Amino acid sequence: MSAQMHPGVRVGGWSWVWRPWIALVTVLLAAATFLVFCVSISVGDFTIELTAVVKTLVGQGERVDEFVIMDLRMPRALVGLIAGLALGISGALTQSIARNPLASPDVLGITSGASATAVFVVTASGGAAIGGSLGLPAAALLGGLLTGFLVYFLAWKKGIDGFRLILIGVSVNAAMQALTTWLLALADIRDVARAQAWLVGSLNARSWTEVWTSLWLAAALVLVVLFVSFQLKPMHFGDDVAAGLGVRHSAVRAVLLLCAVLLASVAVSAAGPVPFIALVAPQIAMRLQRSPVPPLVASGLFGAVLLISSDLIARTVLPGGLPVGIVTAIIGGPFLVYLLVRANLKRSA
Amino acid sequence: MSIVEEQRGPAPAPAAGNPRQRRLAGLACLVALLAAAAVLSLVVGARSLTPAEVWQGLFGEPGTDQRLTEITLIVQTLRVPRTVLAVVAGIALGMAGALIQGHTRNPIADTGLLGVNSGASFAVVLAVYLFGLQNPVQYLWFAFLGAGAAGVVVFGLSSLGRGAGNPLTLVLAGQGVTIFLTAMTGAIALADKQALDVLRFFNAGSVQGVGYDVIGLAAVFVAAGVVLALFNLPAINLLNLGDDVARGLGVNIALGRTIGVVAVTLLAGAATAACGPIAFLGLMVAHIARWLTGPDYRFLVPYAGLLGALVLLVADITGRLVVRPAELQAGIVIALIGAPFFAALVWLGKFRQA
Repeated sequence: MSAQMHPGVRVGGWSWVWRPWIALVTVLLAAATFLVFCVSISVGDFTIELTAVVKTLVGQGERVDEFVIMDLRMPRALVGLIAGLALGISGALTQSIARNPLASPDVLGITSGASATAVFVVTASGGAAIGGSLGLPAAALLGGLLTGFLVYFLAWKKGIDGFRLILIGVSVNAAMQALTTWLLALADIRDVARAQAWLVGSLNARSWTEVWTSLWLAAALVLVVLFVSFQLKPMHFGDDVAAGLGVRHSAVRAVLLLCAVLLASVAVSAAGPVPFIALVAPQIAMRLQRSPVPPLVASGLFGAVLLISSDLIARTVLPGGLPVGIVTAIIGGPFLVYLLVRANLKRSA
Repeated sequence: MSIVEEQRGPAPAPAAGNPRQRRLAGLACLVALLAAAAVLSLVVGARSLTPAEVWQGLFGEPGTDQRLTEITLIVQTLRVPRTVLAVVAGIALGMAGALIQGHTRNPIADTGLLGVNSGASFAVVLAVYLFGLQNPVQYLWFAFLGAGAAGVVVFGLSSLGRGAGNPLTLVLAGQGVTIFLTAMTGAIALADKQALDVLRFFNAGSVQGVGYDVIGLAAVFVAAGVVLALFNLPAINLLNLGDDVARGLGVNIALGRTIGVVAVTLLAGAATAACGPIAFLGLMVAHIARWLTGPDYRFLVPYAGLLGALVLLVADITGRLVVRPAELQAGIVIALIGAPFFAALVWLGKFRQA
């Protein structure tokens, strides 16, 4: 209940409220994203100075640096950036639409659908397809999309209702997980190990082809989301109020949900089912920004920071080359708990 | 309350009967169904027995007859334990699912929410990794420890400061701990193939092959949880009117929530340790129970418990039949057959928000 007023700003047909704190957090998160992106490129078998990295990025670097950065390290960092952004935004969208802090592409079954397809490919082909760089990501993308459409189709009954959507999502998710578990229980233990390595998510050995596909898809989707998202805020007040304010709520919900599904599928096909970013990033961004609802841009940026820095830690600090999915969760889980505990202690003091 | 009564005045149709009597009759029906399913569970399996043979196996004198000894062995060491465990764990998971939804007011809250599932899995994997345990009888004790420890940590974190009154804090703290433990489990499973091998079967969720000692321990915890849960039921009804109203009606909110969470941890922890993480069962039967009884938790929770036992038992029997002579784990059957059924009920609009 802050009594201070925030000034409104109007430029042409657009208007918004100027909230310095939210703007500051967003700018800081963007800066942090750029920083970890550069650090991720600079660190490797031999270190390239941060200044040299930035120089190369703007096209004025030396020939050697350019080769290492553009050909070897850039794809990995970019896949991390794209997948993190996509997962964060996808999570913020699902949590907003379902009005439930537990909702995320994981809960709606998109991730587990992608996993089930990928595990099927690995176990059915006896590991032959995993050598090809396109087979597994394509299968995961297809599985995620099909599951997303399945959930949407099953939840459709004269429109989409948040409560029905998540309950259907939860049941599809349970079925897909059971399918994965069953496939793993039937399979040869070597295939299981290979599938498990994909299931925890990884940014290892990415190529430019993968980067371009996911980059174009994600960029197009993010544009659509940002264009539609100004209609999302009134929807937090409920459908009736939103309709009264002139929002075509079922159309907006359909478009945004579709974008959330597509974004999550793109991310999973690029980086594997990296867990929890979609769940945690919106909740953490919300608390950092002191916003009552999951913020889209900040969630995406925080997702990217989380994914890239986890990959960085996985490569450098930890021994044995742990995959990024595990590090994400080991950092993201406790950080969420820390924010909760701090908020609780502050409130009681 | 009198306002509610007045509004309700002309509404009930005479044919509907007393809702209380109707609900009690439904409860009796469920018990009867459960008994029938239990008998079926003793009869059905890789080797089908007649009810008469089961009776002999249960109570017959140990004779020299080769066939009879075999039947006695099958019934007493295989069929009875898994039937008992399915009933105990089913009741526990069903009641825990209904309780956690009542306390968090979140329709997708499940029994894994407090971290007990991931705690149990983590402890199992750790035990296999550190001590090379291969026998379920040995690592199940670790599952108990893990489930309990995770539950205590989640509850402790969420009740620091003023958190005990806030269901959202509990939910998110549970998620945070679950995230962390699942990742650690994954890390160990990646490093150690033996642990991965154990994990993939533990995660499937099954009531088969668990000894009487583990079942006994689980039953003790479940019994304690059931007592606490039943004690907690009137408080949940009041808490669901909103914290302010509940406080005004004289409910000790922190105590009510604490008892509820402890009960959920005991019930879900014991069941998960004994038969693996079957989180979807609790979620599913809680919604079905709410559809059958309405929002009164004094009936909803017992219904959910009996339904949970019934569903788990039927799933176990189905799992024995579909891929004979092999078996499909009960957890997989519940998700693969239960989920479409549940989705159909959702689509038909049978469920209401918690």
